[in-house]
Amino acid sequence: MTKNIMIVGVGGQGSLLASKMLGHLLLTRGYDVKVSEVHGMSQRGGSVVTYVRFGDKVYSPVIDKGEADVIISFELLEAARYIPYLKKNGRIIVSDQQIDPMPVITGAARYPENLIDKMEQAGAQVDAMDAMSLALEAGSAKAVNIVLMGRVSRYFEEIPEEAWIQALEECVPPKFLEMNKKAFALGRK
Amino acid sequence: MKQLMLGNAAVARGLYEAGCGVASSYPGTPSTEITEEAAKYDEIYCEWAPNEKVALEVAYGAALAGKRSFCGMKHVGLNVAADPLFTISYTGINAGMIIGVADDAGMHSSQNEQDSRHYAVSAKIPMLEPSDSAEALAFTKLAYEISEQFDTPVLLKMCTRVSHSQSIVEIGERVELPLKEYTKDISKYVMMPVNAKRRHPAVEQRTRNLIAYAETSPLNRVEMGDTKIGIITSSTAYQYVKEVYGEQASVLKLGMINPLPEKLILDFASKVDKLVIIEELDAIIEKHCQALGLDVTGKDVFPLEDEFSQNLIAEKMGIKLEEGLSLDEDIPVRPPVMCAGCPHRGMFYTLSKNKCTVMGDIGCYTLGAVAPLSAMDVTACMGASISSIHGFNKARGEDAEKRTVAVIGDSTFMHSGMTGLANIAYNMSNSTVIILDNSITGMTGHQQNPTTGYNIKGDPAGKIDLEALCKAMGIRRVRVVDPYDLEACDAAVKEELNAPEPSVIISRRPCVLLKYVEVKPPVKICKENCKGCKMCMKLGCPAISFQDGKASIDETLCVGCGVCEQLCKFDAITK
Repeated sequence: MTKNIMIVGVGGQGSLLASKMLGHLLLTRGYDVKVSEVHGMSQRGGSVVTYVRFGDKVYSPVIDKGEADVIISFELLEAARYIPYLKKNGRIIVSDQQIDPMPVITGAARYPENLIDKMEQAGAQVDAMDAMSLALEAGSAKAVNIVLMGRVSRYFEEIPEEAWIQALEECVPPKFLEMNKKAFALGRK
Repeated sequence: MKQLMLGNAAVARGLYEAGCGVASSYPGTPSTEITEEAAKYDEIYCEWAPNEKVALEVAYGAALAGKRSFCGMKHVGLNVAADPLFTISYTGINAGMIIGVADDAGMHSSQNEQDSRHYAVSAKIPMLEPSDSAEALAFTKLAYEISEQFDTPVLLKMCTRVSHSQSIVEIGERVELPLKEYTKDISKYVMMPVNAKRRHPAVEQRTRNLIAYAETSPLNRVEMGDTKIGIITSSTAYQYVKEVYGEQASVLKLGMINPLPEKLILDFASKVDKLVIIEELDAIIEKHCQALGLDVTGKDVFPLEDEFSQNLIAEKMGIKLEEGLSLDEDIPVRPPVMCAGCPHRGMFYTLSKNKCTVMGDIGCYTLGAVAPLSAMDVTACMGASISSIHGFNKARGEDAEKRTVAVIGDSTFMHSGMTGLANIAYNMSNSTVIILDNSITGMTGHQQNPTTGYNIKGDPAGKIDLEALCKAMGIRRVRVVDPYDLEACDAAVKEELNAPEPSVIISRRPCVLLKYVEVKPPVKICKENCKGCKMCMKLGCPAISFQDGKASIDETLCVGCGVCEQLCKFDAITK
């Protein structure tokens, strides 16, 4: 049975490191894994999405509507944007940070309110967190991705914490390792 | 050892293992990482060429000289390289040569959705099409063998979902190959009519030989399952087909897309009840099957546009889908924008303010077309800004000359802007060209180019002086402005538009994302002074928003470029 995880956010928020760590971890656990990214124009502050799929045998590199088991979102609006991709009773792990897209900045559109409640009403299990504060507590705003990974790790009972830490050690440059370990622990707590 | 590898990195690994010695490319999404990754292997000489035609000819020269070679590009890059492509098909090569081309169905980062497979058919060059990273590695190595066995360059066709997906590969060792002998052979390599006439039949015979190869090659694979439906497919579409059907359909998976086998397809068709062709973009396989007299389902059901997915295939084949969740809420779009502190912003604001007609080009600065700047009229292809402003001005005369500018990046100017400028200088239109020199190839992720002074490995290299170059081409009015200085930009644009001769304005400041660029502390809003006039909002800077009737700065994004500060008449924005 293939499991599907989407990582969504705003271009430049660091989702590539999160998908790298997740892909590496799942590979070491013996799964077939595919990770699909989009580079280029959308990285300039646009909406970005990375697909991570794992199981005995994975064919398609992308996740389609109604297929995601988990959506990890770096930003609130982006979680809401991709909700059609979530399975019924699927889980959303979201940093509650809000970044206005250009149509909101120019006044052509408004940033929707009460998105967490609305996503829950739509049938998603929402785990919203202030990942930015935890990242700053760990030592850098850039560690939001690893805080979120810490939170995600809670929902994978089959994978022990040590395996996550090992994946972190193998994917993060040594000089940032301690800070990221702290970020992971704060996210998981 | 098993590892997860990006499709493009797997091609680079294949180049390394197959003993490739020379790689020359021009960056273009989604092809760029092939050459970036190849450059990490010291055994392969790698370079960024000024454009794809040059890159292909460099690779051709290296192959003739006896070393396995590679050139890489995106689909539209192959248009630029098409001229040599068609003729080196006639001459053949010496050591193996691969042309990597990456299509972008869905146009994630492209201006059109053309299907590169047509080039393989019309240039009569074999084309291989991997469907994941493991195949990308294996096909790259096999491509060199085909290239040398059949004396032809080989096209390796990637696409966004193969190039930018990571899947599992097993890596091997590099084979070091001796330099092949180079022998002068005028009748084979000098394509004047008398020789080309002799070479053309050799090309046709080669295609017949390649068809025979395609019939039994492991590149084309039959996976028999339920025989009620038989699907012929390739590339990433194969993965979607398997995702939907598993063993519930029989599949002929084509890894070699040109030339296509005949007996293999007829044999497969005879074993299934209904034959379906599932291919992204154009109907290449389908038309081949129809020419073989087969009755197929294809583009009567599947779209010619956009990329496919498992849901699209299921839906078109009448399979019921699981529904996802839905939210009753308008979700505002989040289009890409110029970064906070982008040096292009000041110049585009100036063009917007002066109501200029702007002939645009390909790069990050195409985002100058996005609201609220909306400072672009046309964007078509690399270099078109400079060539088309000349035609625009010749057609509309002085009135247009006084308000029309061409904008082009430093890398795009080196790629194909220079010939357009030569035309302006030679045929004398009073055109104003703005080179947006951010000292890097930006959109594709910071590649060096001939104006930066560094090569693909970041080592010092030759550096072309843009001012001297433009002057040498006959443009007397060449001036440099700092796009962070709005007053200087305004003066430069006004003066050069009104000057009675062609001019080049070099709008110069390095991309703010470059590591060596030092950013300043964020600017501050003095709420008492802010009148809520929204003047600063006209810049379309993602770091500025409007909250409770006042401007507000996102301190995590602002790099203190100070452009908004120059616009504020009430001293509400300060350092």
